[in-house]
Amino acid sequence: MTMHMSEALDLSNFVERSESGRAHITLAVEGVGCAGCIRKIEDGLQKLPGILDARLNFTQRRLTVHWRDDETSADRIVSALERIGYRGYPFAPERITAEDNRESKWLLKCLAVAGFAAMNVMLLSVSLWAGNVSDMTQETRDLFHWLSALIALPAAAYAGQPFFRSAWRAIRTRQLNMDVPITVGVTLALALSLYETSTHAVHAYFDSAIMLLFFLLCGRYLDQAMRQRTRQFAGNLASLKAEYAHKFGPGGELTRVPAAALQPDDIVQVRPGEAVPADGMIVSGRSELDQSLVTGETVPQAVEPGVTIYAGAINCSGALTMKVAAAGSSTLLEETERLLLRATEAKSRTVRLADRAARLYAPVVHLTAAATALGWLLAGASLHDAIVTAVAVLIITCPCAIALAIPTVQVVAAGRLFRAGVILNSGDAIERLATVDTIVFDKTGTLTLPQGVADVSSIDPDILNRAARLALSSHHPLAAALARCAREHIPYAAASEECGSGVRADIDGQEARLGSARFCGLEQSPHNKIAGSAVSTIFFSHGECAVAIPIRQRLRPDAVAVVQALIARGLDLKILSGDRPKAVESVARQLGIAEWHADFTPAAKIAAIEQLKSQDRRVLMIGDGLNDAPALAAATVSLSPITAAQLTQNRADALFLGDDLTPVLEAVALSRRAKTLMQQNLGLAIVYNALAVPIAVAGMVTPLIAAAAMSGSSILVTLNALRGRLGRRPDFVREAELPPTQATQRSAQAKVRGAERCVIEDVAADLVVKNTAGTRDQVECVP
Amino acid sequence: MNVLIYLVPMALLLGLTGLLGFMWTLRTNQYDDLDGAPLRILPDDDINGE
Repeated sequence: MTMHMSEALDLSNFVERSESGRAHITLAVEGVGCAGCIRKIEDGLQKLPGILDARLNFTQRRLTVHWRDDETSADRIVSALERIGYRGYPFAPERITAEDNRESKWLLKCLAVAGFAAMNVMLLSVSLWAGNVSDMTQETRDLFHWLSALIALPAAAYAGQPFFRSAWRAIRTRQLNMDVPITVGVTLALALSLYETSTHAVHAYFDSAIMLLFFLLCGRYLDQAMRQRTRQFAGNLASLKAEYAHKFGPGGELTRVPAAALQPDDIVQVRPGEAVPADGMIVSGRSELDQSLVTGETVPQAVEPGVTIYAGAINCSGALTMKVAAAGSSTLLEETERLLLRATEAKSRTVRLADRAARLYAPVVHLTAAATALGWLLAGASLHDAIVTAVAVLIITCPCAIALAIPTVQVVAAGRLFRAGVILNSGDAIERLATVDTIVFDKTGTLTLPQGVADVSSIDPDILNRAARLALSSHHPLAAALARCAREHIPYAAASEECGSGVRADIDGQEARLGSARFCGLEQSPHNKIAGSAVSTIFFSHGECAVAIPIRQRLRPDAVAVVQALIARGLDLKILSGDRPKAVESVARQLGIAEWHADFTPAAKIAAIEQLKSQDRRVLMIGDGLNDAPALAAATVSLSPITAAQLTQNRADALFLGDDLTPVLEAVALSRRAKTLMQQNLGLAIVYNALAVPIAVAGMVTPLIAAAAMSGSSILVTLNALRGRLGRRPDFVREAELPPTQATQRSAQAKVRGAERCVIEDVAADLVVKNTAGTRDQVECVP
Repeated sequence: MNVLIYLVPMALLLGLTGLLGFMWTLRTNQYDDLDGAPLRILPDDDINGE
């Protein structure tokens, strides 16, 4: 990887300083794979002067370094890390991560307290149940009841807080959520038990109340842990993908800064082969930009001073100097934001399954309890007995199983999706994915791979090899595609690149040129025609021989199989692209997708999706470009490849990794399965209620029955959710399965920066760096 | 039944010890790096007296 070491690296935006002259930074580290790595990194850094502490979090692949600010600096630490053999990327600790951590720690504390209390109260309750059928005295029973109260009341006051707070929030906004009946049930059960204890009654429900809290907290914690894990992983990916920009300092000197740290009005240099780091305007320089990530258009466009350019476009030929614009100041982005806003409003109308169940369930619970109390009063029972029975109904119907029914399935499904290379951005994406009946694809970067591939079918292998070796010396993205065809990865000596034109070198005493038609003197040649789906053509001349090599877009390797499998599952597929009709048609024909549209603007994409939705279709939109972001937000549910533009990634409900399209198929298959399990679970919970409620209404529920019924249904629901782990992978995935070692290393391409290519291997495990040239500079892992 | 006078407090005390222990592990961030912890016991340079 070319690290422009001559330029100073400025990471000051990511360093947090304390008043005592100490500083610390968090880095996402690439290439960590084993115990040896932990030692190598920590020991290696601690040897440096001024380092106070270096600690690698192996689970998160994040390194936190503390140092004395006057003795060393962040860029020295990053370059020291590089000398040890690892690449560190500054990680901006977002506020949301800190809050996440606090929230999940708090839930875990509540869970521990509830667990402790449930165990001890149960210990006393089992003795009571045994005593009630033998010869327990009144005094002993009262003692046990008071002891239970002593444990259960403070524990419930502490561990119930997540529910009490959420219920209060809901009531204040005049809504009902699942936490309202939980809060009412727990509070009433405790109050009634206290009253019963003080009147020396036989039954008290301390155990039911506290056990209810324990089960509910289990579900709540699982839900939180799942979301935290995927967010952490996405955060790491974001910093690994972060681009660096060459910024002009006040004295005209260049410094390397992370693109995230750029400010409006900064002057930045964009070299050939690099991505434009921010939106802005060209100050000087001429070049061609590959805007496929912005507009979906695959043919590079010429740009000149005064033109507005957008982050994510790849600079193809000349060096550009640009001025960074303020966020949202460009017309394209404003238009995108406006469309996004409208699309998002429309989407918030869909209601999550759990909330739908809660809205239906909460009033029913309260009405049944009230009706029970009234019924018993009318039947001539005492006020005390009527209230005891009503509370028993509340406890038994408390949505323990319902509260577990959906989160447990979500956790299991999210884990499987994660292993299949799909990272969920939102928790309810699974539910929405399961209902999809129409899939709308973007073409560029979604059905096809983000980089082109050289079409070498008609070219003599020897000439090709010479051209490819010459391409190794170029920064041009098209040359990078050609360089992959080189037989031996040895660049020619004394090859020189002319910005904006091409690269030349002496081969066997004759000058060889690779680049534009004019540079190679082939403007008049018959080769100078772009054919079919070719994005562009790259020319090569060497003495007598001259060839034109078309660079074409390449479909994702399994695209045809995945598309056919999706059609076989009864899904309706469409392509909406911003690219030229010719390019779209050839892709659609190859894949066998009948309906395709080209030259679509973002607004047209939204209109098409909304029309589909008005026909009662549930649309899954898959896209990667900035121009797809509004369409992603408008669709029922959306997916983006990890190579997508940042804004687009933020909008997608889930991201998928890798060169393969298989994750799309797995996402649909796994979420359909998950939805079935959720419905089964809700069904189980309803059956449980149908059996238990009549017993409760009849006033026959003792604490023993309540405890057995509640834990029984919760365990049943959890076990059913775990079945989600057992299912098979989609049929054709298994057929095409690679040998185990390769299968676990299904590589996922994370970024292309000029001729370099970083590959994130095995989503869940190691982050290993590969080079396009095929030479692996993978870090040696010797424990 | 007099035995309960000290059995019940003892049982509660044991349970509380466990709970406090868990709270301590939480406060000292022992669950932050669950995959790293088992690997950190492997290097034995502390025995060789480095």
